[in-house]
This record gives sequence, C-alpha cells and structure tokens, in this order.
Amino acid sequence: MKLDRLLDIPGTECLLPAPAGAEVSGAFTSDLLSDVMAHAAENSLLITIQAHQNAIAVATLVGIRAILACSSRPIPADMLAAARKEGLGLYCTPLNQFDASVAVARLLADR
Amino acid sequence: MNPIPISAEQSPLLFLELLYKLRVRDVMARDLVTIRRDATMRELQRLMQARRVSGVPVVENGRLFGIVSIEDLLQALDAQRMDEPVANFMAANVVTIEDDMPLAIAISYFNKYEYRRFPVLNARGEAVGIVTARSINTRLLVELFRELARIENQYVLPLSENASCYFQTFRVARSDFENAGSAATEIKNVLQKRGLDPKLIRRVAIAAYELEMNLVVHSDGGTLTFRADEGEIQLIAKDQGPGIADVDLAMQEGWTTANDWVKSLGFGAGMGLPNAKRVSDEFHIASELGKGTTVTVRDVLPPRPLQKPPA
Ligand SMILES: Nc1ncnc2c1ncn2[C@@H]1O[C@H](COP(=O)(O)OP(=O)(O)O)[C@@H](O)[C@H]1O
Ligand SMILES: [Mg+2]
Repeated sequence: MKLDRLLDIPGTECLLPAPAGAEVSGAFTSDLLSDVMAHAAENSLLITIQAHQNAIAVATLVGIRAILACSSRPIPADMLAAARKEGLGLYCTPLNQFDASVAVARLLADR
Repeated sequence: MNPIPISAEQSPLLFLELLYKLRVRDVMARDLVTIRRDATMRELQRLMQARRVSGVPVVENGRLFGIVSIEDLLQALDAQRMDEPVANFMAANVVTIEDDMPLAIAISYFNKYEYRRFPVLNARGEAVGIVTARSINTRLLVELFRELARIENQYVLPLSENASCYFQTFRVARSDFENAGSAATEIKNVLQKRGLDPKLIRRVAIAAYELEMNLVVHSDGGTLTFRADEGEIQLIAKDQGPGIADVDLAMQEGWTTANDWVKSLGFGAGMGLPNAKRVSDEFHIASELGKGTTVTVRDVLPPRPLQKPPA
C-alpha cells in the first residue's frame, strides 16, 4: 500500500511524507513500545497513541516506514524532527486505534 | 555525539566530581604502621627506619591515643631520652578524619591544619588508615587516568568500519528520554555497514534497545558496551544502582516497577528483559540491591561463507 492512501481516511493528515512512493506491506497496532519492538514486522505502518520521540526510535530500529498517530494527539516538534532525520512518514488521525486499524486494514485489502 | 574525546568544559567538572565521589577510605593508606604507648622512642626510631614513615599513630586495640612524628623523635634524641615511652612524646590531641568523608573535605584539612598526615577512623572510632598528601595524590592520579580512559573509550571509533573487532561504549543517563534509543540505533547502523544478516541485526537491535531503555528508566545511569568481532556480538549493560531486588521476578513477562508516567509513554510493559533474552543466544543478568545491575547478551555469528578465489 502506498502511504499517501492514508489520506483517504477522513480527517487524516500528513505531517511528514515518507520518501516519494514509499509503501508498507502491513500494519501493527500497539501502544507498548516493547511490544512494537518485539512483534512489529519490517516495512509496516505503526498505528499508535504514542506521539513522542521515543516512538520514532523504536520504529527506526525495527524498520517501520511510517507512524499513524491516533486520537489527534498533538505531534511535538522533536518527534517531527526525529522522523525527518530518520526518513519516516508521520500521519495524524482523529480516529482511535481500533477505528484507525479497521480503516487501514480496508486500505491494505483493497490493492 | 561529541567528536572530540574530552570536552574542555567538562574536564574540570570531572575533576571536581572525583573529589566528591572519592571517599577518604578510597585514598587512605591502609597498611597502617602503628606503635603502642609503652614502646620506647628507640623502638620508634627502628620502626620509622624500617617502614620509611615520618609519623606513626599510637594505637592499641584499634583505639587511637596519639601520634608521634619525626620531630618528636629528634627531640628525644637531642635530650637523650630514647629509652622513655612513646607516651611521653606523642601528641595526644590528634586531628582525625572519618573514612566516609568526601576527599574534598580531607584535602581542605591540609589547608586548615598544619599537619601533614591525618589518621582515619571508621564509624566505630577505630584507626583504619592514614591520609597523607602522597596517598591522596597517588590515588587521585590513578582515578583520573581511569576516568579519562573511560571517557575516551566512549568516543573511540574503530580504526575502520570493517575492522575485524569493533568496540564502543555508550554512556546512558538516567531519565534521558530525549536520547533514549540512540545507542541502539548507532549499534544497528554499525551492523548494517558490516553487511550482516538483517534478521540478526534486528535481534541485536532489540536487545540493545531494551537494555538501553532499562538504563534510562530504571537505573541511576550506566553504560552500554557493544563489541563485535568475527565470531560474535556482545552487549553489556552496566549500572551502579539501584539494583534489582528479585531477578527472577524481573525476568517474568509483564512484571514492571515503572511508574505511571513512564507507562504513559509506552514503556514499562514488563517485556524488556524477556525480549532481550528471547533474541539472544546467551543471556546473563546479575544484580544486587544497592550495588547495581549488569546484563550481558551474546549473539553468535554464523561462520562466513568461504570467499571465492579470485578469477
Ligand atoms: N538496570 C536496571 N536497574 C534496576 N532495575 C531494573 C533494571 N532493569 C530492569 N529492572 C527491573 O526489572 C523490571 C523488568 O524489566 P523489563 O523486563 O525491561 O520491563 P520494564 O522495563 O518494562 O519494566 C523493571 O520494571 C525493573 O524493576
Ligand atoms: Mg525494560
């Protein structure tokens, strides 16, 4: 799935586009960073409430391509800067983790 | 990260830190040469010659009664009173130092009083050592060199990215959430440059991250050391406190002592140590309350495929 498809989800914004044409092959939803570390697959999208810099470090370490921050959590400037440095996409949605996951699952199924 | 091994601004601080970190017991001479009150001045003379000391505390059963110096000896010689007991010549009002005072205080004593040596008493009031300018200097130099070597280590870069052995130590500060994960990220980068198997890199990155986070979240600060050679990769996370009360409990999935604030950031799932163990070939944890924690993990590298002979 091309990451810019995320903008099809109502209310979802792109704060930082991933490198042009970047794709993900799946998604992982969790708010526990150790859980993400242990179980998220590479080349996936992370759906989470954790809108802070440490989520970027974890994403980078496991090869996550982009983060979809849920419930309109404000994205701090240092998180944005870290994502830019690591070449991650950063998106923000008003949906909660469950609804965002459902929406992303639909996008992933609809190739 | 700072490219210069030692920051010019921080070095004097380092020195000051040492002055407060080191205790009197760290710098005192422990092989205390003592004499009894009823020993003669002649015996004192022989003792001073044999042990090459210029001042001797007068001690019986650990209790300090005074101190006799070379000046007292000269006086006895001069007055031909060498057969008299030490008790007649010793200075009974001795300024002493306690063994758990910071070194900085001990040094100030040398300015405050005109003495050149101070007997050291422990909490029970027993004489356990002696502090002289020389004992302080020697110990301070040793500690300074050790400290400098440690700092240099943190920035020592390998001679080349693909040198066969790579070694680096990262300092990880307590509650430094801002830089948390940077050591693990750097370790991952090094392994990627070495062209290792991505699955293996991921395993090492997970262990490095979890150990680094535990230093940030749970320890008073520590170091993460990373070593890679042809045969294996090793990570050592080491801190000086507070230690873990029950290591078996800490190793259980879901067990955490993280506070709510830390949890709200997504840490404290109680999965870190079990995760680190799962992703490594060897895992070892040693911890003692009040002393600190050391976690060592090892990943064995698969043997390299034989290189093709040049065509
Ligand atoms: N370096 C350390 N110093 C002190 N306690 C530690 C350290 N590392 C781990 N612990 C203890 O072990 C527990 C479990 O650690 P871990 O499995 O990483 O889970 P978490 O970090 O999510 O709490 C921690 O909550 C803490 O009580
Ligand atoms: Mg942990």
